[in-house]
Amino acid sequence: MDMLAGKVKLTQQSVTSAMNPSAALDRPIRIEARDVTVHYGAKQALFGISIDIPDRAVTSFIGPSGCGKSTFLRCINRMNDTIEGARVGGTIKLDGEDIYDPALDVVELRARIGMVFQKPNPFPKSIYENVAYGPRIHGLARSKADLDEIVVSSLRKAGLFEEVKDRLNEPGTGLSGGQQQRLCIARAIAVGPEVILMDEPCSALDPIATAIIEELIDELRENYTIVIVTHSMQQAARVSQKTAFFHLGKLIEEGVTEDIFTNPVHKQTQDYIMGRIG
Amino acid sequence: MNTLAVAGLLLVLLGLSYQTGWSRSRALVTTGGQKVHSRPQYHGAYTALWTMIPTLLVLLLWAWLGGEITHNYIVSQIPTDVLQSLDQAGLNATIERIRAIASGFGVAGDVAPFEQTAGENLRNFQMLTNIGVLLVAALCGGAALLYARKRITARLRARNAVERVINIVLLLCSAVAILTTLGIVTSLLTEALRFFTFIHPFDFFFGTVWAPNNAPGSGNYGRYGLLPLLAGTLMITAIAMLVAVPLGLMAAIYLSQYAPRRLRSIAKPLIEVLAGIPTIVFGFFALVTVGPFLRDFGRLVGLNINATSALTAGIVMGIMIIPFVSSLSDDILNQVPRTLRDGSYGLGATQSETIRKVLLPAALPGIVGAFLLAVSRAIGETMIVVLAAGNAPVLRGNPFEPVATITVSIVNQLTGDTDFSGPQSLVGFALGLTLFVITLGLNIFALYIVRRFREQYE
Repeated sequence: MDMLAGKVKLTQQSVTSAMNPSAALDRPIRIEARDVTVHYGAKQALFGISIDIPDRAVTSFIGPSGCGKSTFLRCINRMNDTIEGARVGGTIKLDGEDIYDPALDVVELRARIGMVFQKPNPFPKSIYENVAYGPRIHGLARSKADLDEIVVSSLRKAGLFEEVKDRLNEPGTGLSGGQQQRLCIARAIAVGPEVILMDEPCSALDPIATAIIEELIDELRENYTIVIVTHSMQQAARVSQKTAFFHLGKLIEEGVTEDIFTNPVHKQTQDYIMGRIG
Repeated sequence: MNTLAVAGLLLVLLGLSYQTGWSRSRALVTTGGQKVHSRPQYHGAYTALWTMIPTLLVLLLWAWLGGEITHNYIVSQIPTDVLQSLDQAGLNATIERIRAIASGFGVAGDVAPFEQTAGENLRNFQMLTNIGVLLVAALCGGAALLYARKRITARLRARNAVERVINIVLLLCSAVAILTTLGIVTSLLTEALRFFTFIHPFDFFFGTVWAPNNAPGSGNYGRYGLLPLLAGTLMITAIAMLVAVPLGLMAAIYLSQYAPRRLRSIAKPLIEVLAGIPTIVFGFFALVTVGPFLRDFGRLVGLNINATSALTAGIVMGIMIIPFVSSLSDDILNQVPRTLRDGSYGLGATQSETIRKVLLPAALPGIVGAFLLAVSRAIGETMIVVLAAGNAPVLRGNPFEPVATITVSIVNQLTGDTDFSGPQSLVGFALGLTLFVITLGLNIFALYIVRRFREQYE
């Protein structure tokens, strides 16, 4: 019980130290999801999720393993399309435009909504080529100088440039875990997205690398709409302005992060935050 | 020797010794009270090993020396005057006759009296020695069993001893494979060196004319230039790879990335069936269908294509190799982690961009390895070439003409009556050695490539 109490205390401290969280809800809505369901074959993974995601803020999805938070995240850039047997129902709108509209080009959508995965997954190429990959396939650079510019500025934004500027031609897989994850963030930024989805980006990292990434997420918030899935409540409290709690494929509660952690409405949310489930 | 009796003896000893060790060990537990080091199974195995090793040694010793002893006994049964009148071949024939009489099969022609008595004596001798050897083996085994039983105490480390023996047995098994390879290489080398006493290595490796004189006895051996055969081999291999690599790789990409699961589960085994078709059937197919088709097609477009040519053999060989390339590449592509693919899709790459720019580079070392394996296979392939390449060992660069390969020439030189005193047959070893060196080189190259890319990417 002492440990639990400590956990809660820590959470509350983090919340009070977060920067003006209630400002998040004043922002315009960027993504609007209504009654989203997902089936994998015969099994239903998500049940009628409806949520608004605010512009240029960090929204976090929390909940126990298998609660559907990652599944919902993957609906937002249609990554579930690549899984055989997955069906998505309901509507998700990005700037009022239905992303599941058959006329919509999924390649363009994914250029607008970048993604960072749970395990750092740099391509087996050089650091430079990893970042240049997206701009190259989308034809974003007119010349080599253009491309250099994009690569350097993306690495800068991801806070990695100073560490790797002398070895841009070395393999990206040779970096440390935290550096690899920042490389993946740079790779996503290089395409010029408006939204960045992060699927438990720190779960494979040590505490120091995690702290660096969290700091980075806080900086990126100024220019990008960020959605982060995390199983760490402290992380959600530290980095996000809006939090949604998922349980067994349902969205139980959503709201301003501070409210969710200090004054949850639903008992399940309370139990999860107190460490009784999950 | 009577196999059934030997097998029976070994089984009885095995069961008896294991049981003895096991029950002895159990008895230790009940009477001793102190902690026993090994479990009863290990004491059983320990006793069994102690018993079986001397028994098998005795039997092996007899298997090794028994033939010689029996041979000498038979010779001693032949009267001296007869023995002196026989040459080596006659002596062997007589010995075989005596053996046949002893075994009860009977022989052709009249049986000389000395043959009859020798046969009967031999039968008695064989019976005695068989029983004797079995008895000695059983006695040795029994003695060893008693010794091992005496050694079983609570503190005996039977488990460690058994593990050590298993270790040695496994070592011996792998030694068999290695020693066989070494043996084959040495025999290839020594025989090839004998060949080079007839033909200068320079004339062999750099000669441009392949015209062995296969009539034995004459001083003129003919000419043994390797280059026409090497050129034929390389040409056919190149054509085969030109067919197999694009088709196999595309098939693998389709199967692993695009095909729905149901189609994949049907198509993959079907492609692998292609690998199960005997190469002689492919040769057939080349000779009867593909060759004439290519010839007619050549006429249609104004090309002079021979029905049996490097092209025919190469295309059919390529088809034969497709399942190698596709199956191996498919496995390798599937091993590329899903996270890499997701990363690429997440950046808005299309499926073909992902395959070209992420999947194939990541899988490249494995795929190169698969290609080189396929090349080794193509270089060593014989039956298709025998039937479809036309067997014309002439140095030329036109794939529409017949050629000959190294493998086909080995077949030609070693079939029919061969004696290994002249270069006509010995050249087979030199050719085999050349093939061996080529495939070895390819394998080493494949390993080098795989390792280089590994270092760079992992």
